[in-house]
Amino acid sequence: MSANQTKGPRKIISPQPHDYTKPYWEAANEGRLLVRKCQACDEAHHYPRTLCPFCGSDDLIWLNATGTGTIYSFSTLRVGPEPYTIAYVTLAEGPTMMTNLVECDPQSVQIGQKVSVVFRPSEQGQLVPMFTPE
Amino acid sequence: MSIRNKAYIVGAYEHPTRKADTLSVAQLHADVARGAIADAGLSLKDIDGYFCAGDAPGLGTMSMGEYLGLTLRHVDSTETGGSAPLVHVHHAAQAIAQGKCNIALVTLAGRPRAAVAALQLKPPDPDAPELQFEAPFGPATQNGYAMCARRHMHEFGTTSEQLAWIKVAASHHAQHNPNAMLRQLVTVEDVVNSPFVSDPLHRLDCCVISDGGGALIIARPEIAASLQRPKIAIRGAGEALKHGMAGKVDLTYSAARFSGPRAFEEAGLTPADIKYVSLYDSFTVTVLFQIEDLGFCAKGQGGRFVSDGNLISGIGKLPFNTDGGGLCNNHPANRGGMTKVIEAVRQLRGEAHPAVQVKNCDLALANGIGGSLATRHIAGTLIMERQ
Ligand SMILES: [Zn+2]
Repeated sequence: MSANQTKGPRKIISPQPHDYTKPYWEAANEGRLLVRKCQACDEAHHYPRTLCPFCGSDDLIWLNATGTGTIYSFSTLRVGPEPYTIAYVTLAEGPTMMTNLVECDPQSVQIGQKVSVVFRPSEQGQLVPMFTPE
Repeated sequence: MSIRNKAYIVGAYEHPTRKADTLSVAQLHADVARGAIADAGLSLKDIDGYFCAGDAPGLGTMSMGEYLGLTLRHVDSTETGGSAPLVHVHHAAQAIAQGKCNIALVTLAGRPRAAVAALQLKPPDPDAPELQFEAPFGPATQNGYAMCARRHMHEFGTTSEQLAWIKVAASHHAQHNPNAMLRQLVTVEDVVNSPFVSDPLHRLDCCVISDGGGALIIARPEIAASLQRPKIAIRGAGEALKHGMAGKVDLTYSAARFSGPRAFEEAGLTPADIKYVSLYDSFTVTVLFQIEDLGFCAKGQGGRFVSDGNLISGIGKLPFNTDGGGLCNNHPANRGGMTKVIEAVRQLRGEAHPAVQVKNCDLALANGIGGSLATRHIAGTLIMERQ
């Protein structure tokens, strides 16, 4: 892939929920980050499923996450007029999730750094979870 | 049942075009099919098995089988992205070994370069379960591979200069390929001084975008023996899936860690036996991961292994991608697997460019990573032998 595929200002694409993920996105609009957790094997997972990907159980709950984590890896995409920083953040609850790092100088960010969740509006208004250094 | 020596690659063809403004996707698939069939010394009516993936138009084997006028008794539209041709050769060998077909055709072709120019891009699938948890954060191809590179650097001390050696080696080979998109020799400094696309990956760490394609013909041993081409046996193959492990993300290795040993076991060989490798080079870092995961060096040692020209034919210990690869030659349909097998076949036949031909090249490995290194991908490994 080369550089010239991204054109115009970056739009934060709004998630299109499926029925079972509506609680996740409704909580995001209230400023709460949820994690999907299995009652049978006690493992949390991401992205959220209808069956536990560790044991196959459908005994799953939504857990209120603390909203804190550490940076696993990150990169700033510089093609197009507006650079943005994608990241994998490992939540305090265990799972690592894809997100963006915002309100920071990506040049000074480091793997392992502590971050906390902030919610930012996507194109059609739905808030989505991003992270900023603590 | 092992596929070892049960099927042979008897035909291979790479489309010379790199920008197909006026050629349709079906036409490209048909052109490469005709080229490979002619290379084998066969005709269209000999084909009774057909393999293609999501780059084929319409309903794949059905649409292209009709376009080509094929009479088929075995079809396989397995979709694994850029590794699909490697998986297809594996599956073709299985089908031939089981008597399900005698002569299989594999095609790959596309025109993403012309389509980007015309803004004819496919939208993402809204039913994909991960989409809503990824799309808001802008996972372009480049930034996923860049996160893998950064994590590898963090854990193992890999440097941008070491990654750059992979591009330097590719450019050494591409200078001899008249069809290559980038034929100019580049240096480590050229790579690390090129602008960041997605840090730590630079513009010259990325492969090209090109149109074109390629095709392969796989046949039963008796048929291979009756043809006039060198006999290229499939000795072993492996495939494996790696994904986000539901949040237990690990960006330091690829699925080749699992597909490689399966292929080596079937072939009864070790990495030390291999004279030439074709490795899907979507980015420099993709090559580094495969070299480690296939066992050509220890995990974390890839940076040192690729340095100082070790991948350059005639200079290094592990010559790779002697056509210039995706980094310099072509990347048809945004899928690097087909051209990887084709160049390995050229090397085994002794038909690579004389400047890059590996001496006594009797055993070669081709590997592809289809999908995305960071999120989810399927690796296909193929070990071939000239007999
Ligand atoms: Zn469970």
